[in-house]
Amino acid sequence: MCSLALVPADYTQMKINQMENKTMEGLQIVVCGTLVPDPLQTLEPVTTPTGPGLKNETMLPSVLDPWAAHSLYEAANLAKKVPGSKVYLVSLGPKAKLQQLMMTVAQKVPFELVAIDGTAGGFTDAMEVAKTLATAIEAIPGLDKTRLLVFGGCASASRDAGVTMQLIGEQLGITDQFVGVDEISMSDDGSFSVLERIEGGQYLASTCAGAPAVLAWATGSLPEPPNNPQVGMANMRFVMPALQKAQPAAVGVGGINFEKSEVPAQKRATRIVKDVSADVIAAEIVEWIKG
Amino acid sequence: MADILLVLHTGSDGSFSKGALESIATTVDLSSKLGGSFAVGVIGAGAGAAADTIAGCGAEKFYVVEDEAVAAPRYSSDVKAATALIQKAGAQIVLAPGSSRFARCMPGAAYRAGAQIDTHIVALAVEAGVLKAQRWYYRQRILTTLSRAARPWVLLIEGGIQPAWQGAAGVADAESVAVEFTDAELRTTIKGIESPATDAQTIRPDAALLFVAGAGWTKKQADGAYHIRDASNLIQGFLKKAGASLGSSKSLVDLQSDGQETLSFMSHMNQVGQTGTTPRHAKGLSTCCHGEEPHAVGWRFINERRAINMDANCGWAQGKADVVYIANAFEVIAKVNELLG
Ligand SMILES: Cc1cc2nc3c(=O)[nH]c(=O)nc-3n(C[C@H](O)[C@H](O)[C@H](O)COP(=O)(O)OP(=O)(O)OC[C@H]3O[C@@H](n4cnc5c(N)ncnc54)[C@H](O)[C@@H]3O)c2cc1C
Repeated sequence: MCSLALVPADYTQMKINQMENKTMEGLQIVVCGTLVPDPLQTLEPVTTPTGPGLKNETMLPSVLDPWAAHSLYEAANLAKKVPGSKVYLVSLGPKAKLQQLMMTVAQKVPFELVAIDGTAGGFTDAMEVAKTLATAIEAIPGLDKTRLLVFGGCASASRDAGVTMQLIGEQLGITDQFVGVDEISMSDDGSFSVLERIEGGQYLASTCAGAPAVLAWATGSLPEPPNNPQVGMANMRFVMPALQKAQPAAVGVGGINFEKSEVPAQKRATRIVKDVSADVIAAEIVEWIKG
Repeated sequence: MADILLVLHTGSDGSFSKGALESIATTVDLSSKLGGSFAVGVIGAGAGAAADTIAGCGAEKFYVVEDEAVAAPRYSSDVKAATALIQKAGAQIVLAPGSSRFARCMPGAAYRAGAQIDTHIVALAVEAGVLKAQRWYYRQRILTTLSRAARPWVLLIEGGIQPAWQGAAGVADAESVAVEFTDAELRTTIKGIESPATDAQTIRPDAALLFVAGAGWTKKQADGAYHIRDASNLIQGFLKKAGASLGSSKSLVDLQSDGQETLSFMSHMNQVGQTGTTPRHAKGLSTCCHGEEPHAVGWRFINERRAINMDANCGWAQGKADVVYIANAFEVIAKVNELLG
């Protein structure tokens, strides 16, 4: 509380309190992420009436899109550090598959799910996906853009375009955006610094005055959290209702005409070198390197 | 009005990167296939002088934005500058190299310019007057050819798909495009570039050889013991002597985040594969790796490929590598280092 007659020292303290209040209010971290086929599956493209798809797409086991998963773990970690923060996971995918995915993902970190029922396939147009996600974010009750950080992967393992997060940001009117993020450090005044991956294994280091911002993550630095049944139980209270009220979204290939989609035959005639001494192999490798 | 706009940015030294020069070659090629003209827009410090260095590329017009605000990469200022260039040039097709700077800002610029965007383009062709682009989906697993009727169409071009353009410098006589930046667009301050210490710099995009290390380096060996320090010395010795770039499997770098003793000079930045990178090098040598990711995905853009593995049944390397050596990588790399001197 501030006194009526402000002396400079009081004023400074008041400003500090205001800043602290800002972060004390906490962040709203909205993570955009959905399912992709488990990378160990063999993928075969097929033509469907709505454009290309994957053979047995609905049957393929799925995982949470890896870079989006990293951003979810980073979001939870950040929320823990900034009291009063909350994490939302906004997922566009077939309801039944999202439900399956949540059996594992919901045990990792605390979040509230916002589900949208539609395809999670890679051949959809990023503009349509971004519009759907931005609309869902805008509709989160109590959304406060002054506290909003939108997280997600820097690219999906399906479309792999690396454009969706920027398009979401544009639709939400957020002009501070970071792509390929490996680190965020928050200051008490709500400003933060970011490391983004750039060429040649280097980082671009920036600071931003504060939320709102979009951060499209690379791997970050956190390992995958172990399953925690208590976290799972708490999340599930929101997951089931969120899935029940998931609105259908008509997301498709948009204006893309796919002329061809194929898995190019890449089989090489591999020469196996066996029962040969390390000396001989080393000499051959050196010759090859120098050649 | 030109049919194609090529958007480039300068580097911190005011020059163009190899990727930028490659995208000039792609633009010259596409322009001749479409039978039209092209313009070049340059963003960044020293954009006007940089435009002069490519004056002989055949562009009918050059535009530049060289405001202090775009001296360093920042989403909010770059997106505004790129949008201004796209709108000023009024071209139907917009090409740009897929650098980290443009990968960040071009989607937003396309959105603001009412354009469509596709990224990671590995080939462009014109068939019966229709522009067709090739790109991979599902992380280098499914190759597609696609087209779009809507214009403008922004295409970010992958590195390494064309040799770099070479040609005469001259006077580009570039038109400066005025862009005003508000305080709200300067809320992000660029602090600079952080690079690892020189001897720790293991990612070398220009190296001829990619050396991929797998988790096998940190596994128990035939004597029942771990040899992590030996592995570390052997790999670092090899990188130095062969001037190679270092890639890693996910399993190897994950060990590090899990807090296990492993190779301290590696990070997720080194990881190749589905959730890593797919670097371009003339040659690749994988060691102590099993699995599809390092071999199929991580190697997608590697021309000549060899692997060293103790496991003769490592099915992923077979059919993907030109040669697989069934041998102990510790022994082979020690010998290779000796021979490299
Ligand atoms: C969502 C998801 C995303 C993934 N993304 C990626 C990715 O981007 N990149 C990636 O690499 N993986 C990725 N993976 C993991 C991938 O599926 C494999 O598990 C991983 O690549 C295997 O790593 P590795 O080959 O280093 O280790 P291992 O499978 O443990 O293989 C070690 C090999 O080393 C050999 N070896 C041991 N000692 C020696 C010796 N002295 N000399 C020679 N050989 C030796 C062994 O024979 C063995 O073949 C992902 C997995 C998931 C679920």
